[in-house]
Amino acid sequence: MEDFINIGRRVPKKDGEEKVTGRAVYIHDLSIPGMLYGKILYSPHAHARILRIDTSRAERLPGVRAVLTGYNIPSIKFGFYKDNVPLKAGKVRSCRDEVAAVAATDPEIAEEALDLIRVDYEALPAVFDPEEAMREGAPLIHEEHVGGKEKKPTNVLNLPWKLVCGDVEEGKRNSAHIAENRFKVTWVNHCCMGTSGCLAHFDHQNNLTIYSITQIPSLAQKDYTEALSAMGLQGKRVRVIKTTIGGGFGSKLDTYAFEYIAILLAHKTRRPVKIVFSRDEEFFATSPRQPAIIDISQGCTKDGRLTFRDVRMILDNGAYTSWGATTPSVMMMPISSLYKVPHVRYVAKCVYTNNTYSQAMRGYGNPQATFAIESQIDILSEMAGIDPLDFRLRNANTPGEVTPQNFKIQTCGLRECIDAVAQKLDWRQNRGRRDGRGIGMASLIHVGGGARVYKSDGCGTIIKVDDFGMVNVITGATDMGQGVDTVIAQIVAEELGVRTEDVSVIHTDTDVCPWDVGAHASRTTFVAGNSARGAARKVKELILEVAARSMGERPEDLDIRDRTVFCRNDPEKKSPLGKVLRSAHYTTAGRMMMADYFYDPSNENLDREFKGNLSVTYTYGTHGIEVEVDRETGEVKILRYIAAHDVGKAINPMLLEGQVYGGAVMGIGYALTERLILHQGKVMNPNFLDYKVLTARDVPRIEALVIETNDPAGPFGAKGIGEPGLVPTAPAIANAIYDAVGVRITELPITPEKILKALKEKELSEHRPAPVGLPEDRAARGSHHG
Amino acid sequence: MGKLTITFELNGEALSVEIESHLTLLGLLRDRLELKGTKEGCGMGECGACTVLVDGKAVNSCIFPAAEVDGKSVTTIEGLSGQDGDLHPLQRAFIEHGAVQCGFCSPGMILSAKALLDENPRPTEEEIRKAIAGNLCRCTGYLQIIEAIKAASEKL
Repeated sequence: MEDFINIGRRVPKKDGEEKVTGRAVYIHDLSIPGMLYGKILYSPHAHARILRIDTSRAERLPGVRAVLTGYNIPSIKFGFYKDNVPLKAGKVRSCRDEVAAVAATDPEIAEEALDLIRVDYEALPAVFDPEEAMREGAPLIHEEHVGGKEKKPTNVLNLPWKLVCGDVEEGKRNSAHIAENRFKVTWVNHCCMGTSGCLAHFDHQNNLTIYSITQIPSLAQKDYTEALSAMGLQGKRVRVIKTTIGGGFGSKLDTYAFEYIAILLAHKTRRPVKIVFSRDEEFFATSPRQPAIIDISQGCTKDGRLTFRDVRMILDNGAYTSWGATTPSVMMMPISSLYKVPHVRYVAKCVYTNNTYSQAMRGYGNPQATFAIESQIDILSEMAGIDPLDFRLRNANTPGEVTPQNFKIQTCGLRECIDAVAQKLDWRQNRGRRDGRGIGMASLIHVGGGARVYKSDGCGTIIKVDDFGMVNVITGATDMGQGVDTVIAQIVAEELGVRTEDVSVIHTDTDVCPWDVGAHASRTTFVAGNSARGAARKVKELILEVAARSMGERPEDLDIRDRTVFCRNDPEKKSPLGKVLRSAHYTTAGRMMMADYFYDPSNENLDREFKGNLSVTYTYGTHGIEVEVDRETGEVKILRYIAAHDVGKAINPMLLEGQVYGGAVMGIGYALTERLILHQGKVMNPNFLDYKVLTARDVPRIEALVIETNDPAGPFGAKGIGEPGLVPTAPAIANAIYDAVGVRITELPITPEKILKALKEKELSEHRPAPVGLPEDRAARGSHHG
Repeated sequence: MGKLTITFELNGEALSVEIESHLTLLGLLRDRLELKGTKEGCGMGECGACTVLVDGKAVNSCIFPAAEVDGKSVTTIEGLSGQDGDLHPLQRAFIEHGAVQCGFCSPGMILSAKALLDENPRPTEEEIRKAIAGNLCRCTGYLQIIEAIKAASEKL
């Protein structure tokens, strides 16, 4: 075991002091002289033709500097499918459709101006159920959108989500038991505590600076540059400056209408324009987690070996297309590769409706798919008469395995995670009591070594060391609060032989920072960490060359530790790092102590069949939960929560635990309390009173178990951990509820009402003679073969 | 909309300002006095990001009329660290226990915790959870926040 100075330490976050003193500047806190305030008018209709917009009264209101509509802006198309525009013309397709926007000297005036805009609509028939939207004759959301071989108008998107590995029919023939179920998961909001916003500002030559909270500065820069081109501003520069970000969780992986609107207003008025969302807007006008209807079947042999997994999904795409529509590409990962399963088939359809459109959210489809898979693993193991713990161990992934999707499994601590959870929960003792208390578990696989979803999965780093041994790391990475600045500082300090506090990390400005593909796929510690380490190695070589000259040694005989350059063979021969560095500058033919490094992992894009080694390494985890279910009220109380994660190596155990706790609590919300309620396309609970985020009184104690598998490809052995914390939570809870009271809830969130209803149905069915062949759980439409 | 003049103590200093009667305390602090450390997370008193202390009690400043602080003392996050820049033990504990991630809830959370510890220097875990139940945090899952408050109470 290496003796690390900076790695593996509970180093406090570098930006902690700025944040606890209220000095950190969020988008809400920022202002520029002459700044105007932008506000957006949204459609009250889910689907309607715009007949007329009259902005004349708004324009006459003193203090109003610009009013824009879809009829007086250039054509800017954005989003993954390029089916969205900043302000709508012709018709609106959802209740979050932006119809007009105002810039004024004061937010109240802007608000008042919105009230003065008159829009006449003609309501159109709308469709809110994706299955209905697929039917012949359903209202078309985008009339011009065609699909299928006949190129007929359709609400079904032309997205090729289909993965076939092996032969599912053969798998079925080889099965002694087959479980078939339908699961449903719904919208949840990221609920970042800091609402969305941006500040757009043009200089005299029409170069754009945008203060932003994006998780994808380099890609956003590209999006905005394209928008400038559409505005007739070809060749102009875009500078993205990130303020402190008040929470991300995937919500900021795309660019949005409000950002383009701020840009358009700033250009029109020649003044800086800031748009900041109210909480209400944050709930209805940002994109939630992708909902799904999941039909899944899995089979196993008599001795509990998985034979196949067959999954069909329908995704409510909403009215426009963002990354939510691509979540199937990640759902494929657990479907093909969580546990060893020889035959896999997965087909997903994304369907336009008049609902809100979805986005990436922590886990990116994985929590949805894992809820179905892991709930059903318990159903199937019961059918096979095998303890679900043994069932999981029997099918667990192992190092060196190549999964049906061609993932090359490297380090793999899944068995260790399952074992650790079972031991902590005293599984054999506590399972199967059915006395209102129950235990359950669920596992996860996720990318842990980047994810090549774009052509590049890279991140650049520049390192500069000053005369005093202070280090500036300029990284492409993005911090949303997870602590990447601290982790990068630890990695660089370790590599360079200085202390974490000597390293400052700059990550906020595209004019300064190198390129990075974005803070997604739990990739930042792994990719930005490896990038930073590579740059640190290079700059260290430069330093040792200079030191060799001034110390009269060979560079290869020198090393740096704790701010001191020393001779490996004779540690008494040493020189303070600062002295060595100054000698690099104060000399003829002096040089700068700078280096750059671009790390792009050796992972693969998925091929046309969606196969390939998406990540350099994969991460695993198992959550084990004990619940108590009140049969009278249907309330679920979590008594114990064990979260075991294979993290490769914990670079900063304290920040890592923060990711696990925060993920698990977000997962409990997903499982039990959170739901964005849409009625006729309108969000009915756009506030924290009616949308139930867990409070400090609701959260259980969580025991985070860190399993270190020291992945050779990771920076000092680390794998990603940003998303995994919430992936297995919902199925682990659902499985524990089943163990407690014998009801299987297949739809999230698992509310007391659903539990009570299921208990009542169970009671009724137990008083009737049970139909032959049906397992105890009525939701599990199981069939027995062989 | 009438105007009135209020006199109060802000972070230990006496202050007189003329305000519009409908102004919220949050509006006064953030927009008039440029104290941006107090955050607005919802504007409806539901998330606690705007928590400040009025005569030592934690209030949601986004729904608290500024007029009501007349004759009272107000403490914001800017007033918590010492004259010499020393952090309050709660601020120190939040940093050392990983209780801060995105940080947007931190100022309000710390002030709710301060109100608790001022009144109850040795709270139980249940009392801590209750005291910060009105302060939402989406990043941390609260556990390290609870630990931090516990640790600070032992140091105070």
